[in-house]
Amino acid sequence: MTMLRERQVLRWRVAASLAWSVILLPVCCVVFIVLSQIQILHPIQWLTDSISDLTSSYTIFCLLLISAILGLQCTFLMEYYTVVPSIPCSRLALIGNTLLPHRIVHSLAHVVMGVLASWCCAVMSKGKYQLIVVSCTSLPSEDESDKPSLCLNESHLFQLLCGAFFGYCYSLQYFVHNMNYLSFPSIQQYKYLQFRRCLPLIIKQSSFQSLYFTRNYAILYYLFGNIPRTWIQTALNLHIDRQQPSLDTLRGLLNLTVFYQIWLSGTFLLSAWYMVWIFFRIYTTEARIFPVQTSFAEEAEKCLPFILSSNTLPLVKYLAMQDLVLLSQYSPSRRQEVFSLSQPGGHPHNWTAISKECLNLLSSLTSRLIAHQEAAASNGRMKVPSSPKQTRKSSSSSGTSLIEDSAEQTQKLSTVPRIGIPSLLKTTSLKSSLDTGSPFTPPGVKRMSESLDPNTPWHDSVQSPHIMRRSAKLWTSDSSVQKNGSEVSNLSPVTLSPVCNGAKQGIFSTWFQHKLDQIKNFLSKRGLIMYLFSKHPEASSEDVFADAQIHIWALEALSHLVAASFSEDRMGVVQTSLSAVLATFFTLQEAVEKHFKLPHASSKPVRNPGSLLDSSYKTLRFSLRAALKTAIYRITTTFGEHLHAVPVSSEHQKKLQQFLDFKE
Amino acid sequence: MCSLDLFPPPLNGDQVPLYEYNNEMVAGTGFDNPPPSFQSALVNIPELTIPIDAVKAPGRMELSSKTAFIHHKESIWKRCLNAWHNVGLAGFLEEMSNSKEEVPPWLCHVARCSLAVCRSVSSLHGSLFPHLTMKSEDLTAEFSQALDWADSPLRAFAWHPHTNKFALALLDDSIRIYTAGSPTIPTLKHRLQKDVASMAWKPMCASVLAVACQSCVLVWHVDPTSLSTRPSSGCAQVLSHPGHSPVTSVCWSPKGGVLLSASPVDTAMLVWDVPTESCIPLQRVGGGGVTFLSWSPDGSKVLAATPSCVFRVWETQKWTCERWPTLQGRCQTGCWSPDGSRLLFAVKGESVIYSLCFSVSEGETQAGVGGSQSATVVADVSEVVFTTSAGEIRVGGDIQSMCWDPSGERLAVLLKGNPEFEESQPVIAVFRTRNSPIFELLPCGFIQGRKGETPQLFQFHPGFHKGALLSELWSSGRVNHFPFYFVNAQCPRFSPESSAVVPGNTTSIAKPRTLFTET
Repeated sequence: MTMLRERQVLRWRVAASLAWSVILLPVCCVVFIVLSQIQILHPIQWLTDSISDLTSSYTIFCLLLISAILGLQCTFLMEYYTVVPSIPCSRLALIGNTLLPHRIVHSLAHVVMGVLASWCCAVMSKGKYQLIVVSCTSLPSEDESDKPSLCLNESHLFQLLCGAFFGYCYSLQYFVHNMNYLSFPSIQQYKYLQFRRCLPLIIKQSSFQSLYFTRNYAILYYLFGNIPRTWIQTALNLHIDRQQPSLDTLRGLLNLTVFYQIWLSGTFLLSAWYMVWIFFRIYTTEARIFPVQTSFAEEAEKCLPFILSSNTLPLVKYLAMQDLVLLSQYSPSRRQEVFSLSQPGGHPHNWTAISKECLNLLSSLTSRLIAHQEAAASNGRMKVPSSPKQTRKSSSSSGTSLIEDSAEQTQKLSTVPRIGIPSLLKTTSLKSSLDTGSPFTPPGVKRMSESLDPNTPWHDSVQSPHIMRRSAKLWTSDSSVQKNGSEVSNLSPVTLSPVCNGAKQGIFSTWFQHKLDQIKNFLSKRGLIMYLFSKHPEASSEDVFADAQIHIWALEALSHLVAASFSEDRMGVVQTSLSAVLATFFTLQEAVEKHFKLPHASSKPVRNPGSLLDSSYKTLRFSLRAALKTAIYRITTTFGEHLHAVPVSSEHQKKLQQFLDFKE
Repeated sequence: MCSLDLFPPPLNGDQVPLYEYNNEMVAGTGFDNPPPSFQSALVNIPELTIPIDAVKAPGRMELSSKTAFIHHKESIWKRCLNAWHNVGLAGFLEEMSNSKEEVPPWLCHVARCSLAVCRSVSSLHGSLFPHLTMKSEDLTAEFSQALDWADSPLRAFAWHPHTNKFALALLDDSIRIYTAGSPTIPTLKHRLQKDVASMAWKPMCASVLAVACQSCVLVWHVDPTSLSTRPSSGCAQVLSHPGHSPVTSVCWSPKGGVLLSASPVDTAMLVWDVPTESCIPLQRVGGGGVTFLSWSPDGSKVLAATPSCVFRVWETQKWTCERWPTLQGRCQTGCWSPDGSRLLFAVKGESVIYSLCFSVSEGETQAGVGGSQSATVVADVSEVVFTTSAGEIRVGGDIQSMCWDPSGERLAVLLKGNPEFEESQPVIAVFRTRNSPIFELLPCGFIQGRKGETPQLFQFHPGFHKGALLSELWSSGRVNHFPFYFVNAQCPRFSPESSAVVPGNTTSIAKPRTLFTET
């Protein structure tokens, strides 16, 4: 029900973005037609020609066709958008990503759309590109003189294929650069201003990219151009015009007008697509106002607390979170609703639901970070011989045997030099295969939220890092199966199987292991394999923080609400959860700081200013770290010394004092 | 309307004002103890003097480093390529038109013609916005808030918004960070840190300092617990954007989110998301650049001054702006009242302080600046002659910078003085202000330096509990802190030394509230 309505909202937004791009399309078309018929020496003729072309019926038809293409584009954008970027950990994974079935559908559709659009371009620009069939300029061979002499117009074919190439490249880039990821802007602006800012970037990007694509396409056509040409020629039973130079020869390719035409239609095509994409992004990430509470029970599921805790579309959840951040910053009256008590009963339902959801999000991130550190640490610890004992100590009695086995396995594996393929073989995957069967895999989130409750012996559990680590470790394996499971099993089915065999401790398994090591050693020395399999060092870190945007919002919203409660919360509803908020923040801060001590976690990717494609998803971890610190300081500067009255564990007390002294 | 002749006459001779107490400036030759009721407020802030000889302006010879090398004859195309790389298209054309004998005559002719066209176009553009023809360093000197930015040993100053810590930028392009009660003084140096025009500490953070430099904005992360005196340049993030240099003003959102930067040659001001190092340009037509930014303390509005006779006030929710044309000259400086409802600004060429009211939206906020229709003149600071025993003293003139203390009770104004008269010296005039229920501006007194010193720049301490504390930078390289002892009407904001305040004066200290009741 809600799902349906939320989809409806999204549909309206997409329809609006489509409408705007269709409205702007004639403008683009005019520019395109004027530029494509450029005649510098005869400006008057140029203008009259352009005007007569603009009003002709086939231009109108082409406009309709391109609008239909944009509509299709919009449906694809709606189907493929995501709020969590996918981050491939190696080049092989990147290639594998583009070969997923639904992505192939996307690529094929774009190829078709590209062909159609470039056909429209060819028709609109008239000239010699308009038709695929032209009458031959020279007489064909004498024996066929009775037949009407029809020849293949190779420039037309060249342009159609070029459209296909552009479509494929665009689709490829769409996935490689995570263009399906919706990044929310850091400041709110009116849609018109956002679009105006992007417009020069769109033109610049599409013209430059068109240049690159044209170059690549020319090379491709030079190498393989004769294949489609002969194919079309035989299928349609056409001749080749021998007077014209063929386009897959150097002489034919050096034809500048063809290149200008191709480049111009490519720019037109790409800018139309980018425009749809930009409109889609602007409209879908636009802030939406959710009511905090209503007086009618049937509308309760439209409300902010309900949406935050329900399982709706991820986008709707993100929009709700964004709205929460905005209300916590700018809207005192809606904040008042958050802090209000329910009318009969006097329970702070709104605040409880919102804070619980935010804290759950944050603690799930904490446990994921701890899991990641465990994985990374055990990866690094593999060479150290004393590691099995440590693992055993920290594991509880029922799991000892299993862990021991895995430890032995890791020791065996440690002989393998950790380069190339072996880096795919994380210990988590080993452990996970063993641990999933074991009876003690508590759901991490539940555990975390339990331990955050100040009534339960939380203080003890914080002071003993072993327990913390253990619980996290068990959870680690659990989550990594869910998260990386498909990836691992896709890429390295071989690496998992020996472990299962190894558990049986057979002679065969040791032999097999030995052989496998040899193969891996052999492969890891080959350049191409290395190239494909070598892990991108920052990828794992980026992957952990892939959905950090919502966590950043949770931090900001909570801290702003807590800070505002200092003066606005008359009932004191926020005070009851203040210690939980502080404890969650401090635990997360500890985990984040530890994460940044890992190698490659703090190295920054190269930034390219003034690009249309944003790569902000690569630096979300830095945003999260900054937002977390700011959030804690926001609370400490507002409450000041009063925070000493809040019960927190002694470890966090120390941390709190550091924040109060501005020493963090 | 308040004017300067209502002020008590300035001191002359050896005495300098030391502090304000009981609505009077107390003068003396050296520092003596503050009045007894305020003694506990003493915070251990370093007063320091940086001798002019110690800091030397670095030799700026980058463009003319050619002279150090033996002249070597290169081919014309290589020279053209070099000129293209170094100076751009204009250099390329110039090189080509200069070497008549090496290039074909028609090419030379074409180059000469296009150079002429280029020059006329750029002069046309320059005549619209004369500042665009200035050199980068002159631009910074012109639009900096410091009085004599180019020659003074101290160039920029920034108090940390929460702690007793300040950053001081020196003539030699280094920045020193002084912390009360800490012997370590980190010195920040960076390859790109040239011509520091302004600095700002990030609020809601302990250690992040944004520095407006010649070519970029540097964001330093200075670990407060570190004992190192020379943080490596790896601690600095470089935020640069094409066409955005020199940067003359930076300011942070008071809520600790985004950073704004402005450059007089870029019509857009940039909103930086510092952790991701990405920026969103906010562009409006007209003005020719942005010179000075000031974010209101409540975070709702931003003043953006331009080099031409217009300034804008942005609201920060939807980032829309109101445009304020001023007739006389460009907006030189401005400052906000603590609640963000009133803006005081000064226009170059007019010796008056204007005030502009903004409606404070209650309840549901809608995006809008909400400025009143016209600005009113609240003070006249035109030149006044005081006759004292030692002769005439002329005071007044153009306003260089203004600063309002965080409690909204004192306003400091740096008056440039009239360079035609020798006895007219730059001076700091301090007003007593009240913002509610009605706005009032009353004279308080002048602050002069020692003999031969002129004030450069000042800033109020953001969390001084016994009144207000004005930190002044003098042309002699001296930094001193001038206390105004009075009882803050506002509830004191939290800052870490608040525990050191003895609850002797009952009026200023709010009862510590206990949040949790033991049950």
